[in-house]
Amino acid sequence: MTKLTPVLSKNWNDADSFTIANYKKHGGYKALPKALSQTPDEVIALIKESGLRGRGGAGFPTGSKWGFIPQGDNKAHYLVVNADESEPGTCKDMPLLLANPHSLVEGIIIGSYAIRANHAFIYIRGEVVHVVRRLQQAIDDAYAAGLLGKNILNSGFDLEVTLHAGAGAYICGEETALLDSLEGFRGQPRLRPPFPAIAGLYAMPTVVNNVESIASVPAIIDNGNEWFQAMGTEKSKGFTLYSLSGHVSNPGQFEAPLGITLREILELSGGMRPGHQLKFWTPGGSSTPIFTAEHLDVPLDYEAVSAAGSMLGTKALQVFDETTCVVRAALRWSEFYKHESCGKCTPCREGTWWLVQMLEDLEAGRGTEADLDKLLDLCDNIAGRSFCALADGAVAPIISTLKYFRSEYILHQTNGGCPFDPIASTLFETAGA
Amino acid sequence: MSDHQVFTAEQLATMDTIIARYPKSRSAIMPLLHFVQSIDGYVTPRGIESIALKLDLATAEVTAVSTFYTQYKSEPVGEYHVGVCINTLCAVMGGDAIFEAACDQLGIKNHETTKNGKVSLERIECNAACDFAPVVMVNWEFFDNQTPQSVKEMVDDLQNGKPPVPTRGPNTLRTWKENSAVLAGLSDGLANEGVQAGPATLRGLNIAQGQDKK
Repeated sequence: MTKLTPVLSKNWNDADSFTIANYKKHGGYKALPKALSQTPDEVIALIKESGLRGRGGAGFPTGSKWGFIPQGDNKAHYLVVNADESEPGTCKDMPLLLANPHSLVEGIIIGSYAIRANHAFIYIRGEVVHVVRRLQQAIDDAYAAGLLGKNILNSGFDLEVTLHAGAGAYICGEETALLDSLEGFRGQPRLRPPFPAIAGLYAMPTVVNNVESIASVPAIIDNGNEWFQAMGTEKSKGFTLYSLSGHVSNPGQFEAPLGITLREILELSGGMRPGHQLKFWTPGGSSTPIFTAEHLDVPLDYEAVSAAGSMLGTKALQVFDETTCVVRAALRWSEFYKHESCGKCTPCREGTWWLVQMLEDLEAGRGTEADLDKLLDLCDNIAGRSFCALADGAVAPIISTLKYFRSEYILHQTNGGCPFDPIASTLFETAGA
Repeated sequence: MSDHQVFTAEQLATMDTIIARYPKSRSAIMPLLHFVQSIDGYVTPRGIESIALKLDLATAEVTAVSTFYTQYKSEPVGEYHVGVCINTLCAVMGGDAIFEAACDQLGIKNHETTKNGKVSLERIECNAACDFAPVVMVNWEFFDNQTPQSVKEMVDDLQNGKPPVPTRGPNTLRTWKENSAVLAGLSDGLANEGVQAGPATLRGLNIAQGQDKK
């Protein structure tokens, strides 16, 4: 049985885990002087060598991303932290920031030093006021402690950090839409190239990293690469937060080495809710193709999940049991993508509307089997034909549910409507509410 | 600005401090819109005009940004804005039934506000608290693990001036306007209130600590 590895979550049981005093008590801000005593290039090399990969979904090596920033170009550089956590199922960064915001702040200082940025921004989703309070206090306390501002720890390095609250747009989690939003425009993705490393925020070299990626940096600097690489698999090193939700006995956050399986997490946490069986699940949010019970033993790392036909994504394990209608799930996710499509690219803007209309008919039993082929044809005209990955995400639940549950789509037609009782899938049918 | 009552000198000065956070002034447009909502409750014409003047933009440019983001409201919402998550996981686990119960209890529909201006209702997308599903937000504070019954009682309490305490938030529920100020980056000093984490957040940590003891 794989052992859980609490690193970012190790102090969360302390009632004051979010304070600078508690963070320091658990060894916080010890990595910072170590990083500042090295050259920025040495810090980049160390993170590159560690094998840390982006925890926001794509899994791009963090150190390589830092290394793309041109040096000695006499331009302002920026570090932008993507805290716009909005992918359905994804719920790791918000509890992390609520309980342990200083891990992010320390990571930001180290990351900014490495890429020679003197101003960092945190773009946080706006629908989480208490997380904003905790993070703003962490930044303010870091300034008061001389960890931000001018000449940090007498290193000669200066850094300003600005917290920026979004206003309810999923698309701003896409890094170039985030940059447009941060510049004060509607959040719409940019055509690449140029990539943010060359022309990002205010057209300056910019690194955009996920919260968890940056928050993982201090522990790596402090404990070393050997420690970090002892966790995880060959190409997916280290620890990470898995978020278990849905029809399970005990949902929650599980910090484990990359490569743990859903079966192991379910065994550790108490399994499915009593009397029910696993039907389908997402490995990394709604934009990652669904899995079924046959994938329980797929190691949850970047390579194995990809080889099994999905993506590790944000490690958002949304688990649904046999009471759940898969067509209803696909329809509701499609409604989400339709709502969140920014409207820039025609295939996504128009296509997501069509997807919803077709799925509404199919869920209501008004569809035909020929509609299923039309649906797939439509998906084919949306995915890969837009500026950003929202369009690809929008078709993932449809293509994958059709792959594993085509007969359930047809059953809606022969049954003349949805054969499932929606109350049976709720939690309170038995809870006496 | 002649048609509209201008903001106070103090409010205009606060706008300047918000703008000063950024290397380029236009970046301040989002916190300024949150700030306008903290004063007027929604994005008012005078708010649009003030931001346009401050940032040297056309009012149409400010409106274009404001209308892109769902948290900026073009008409007043309630003192307490209730958001029921109806994304797939919450919906399946009870969010749809909860939203229906909230509508019935309040006698309003999606995007409507009660006549007394106390409570408004919105179907919201995933709010990053899926391990606490079904989730309801009030003024963007977490109310975890809700049921139709708990939400009926909650909206009654909101109507009767007895705001419930968020599950993972400050000790008292702040108003829509007060919380909008926090989103504009203006501290209300409440960061130390409330739990550091909910039970689901701690699930893995508690199991890991049990593994260590073995």
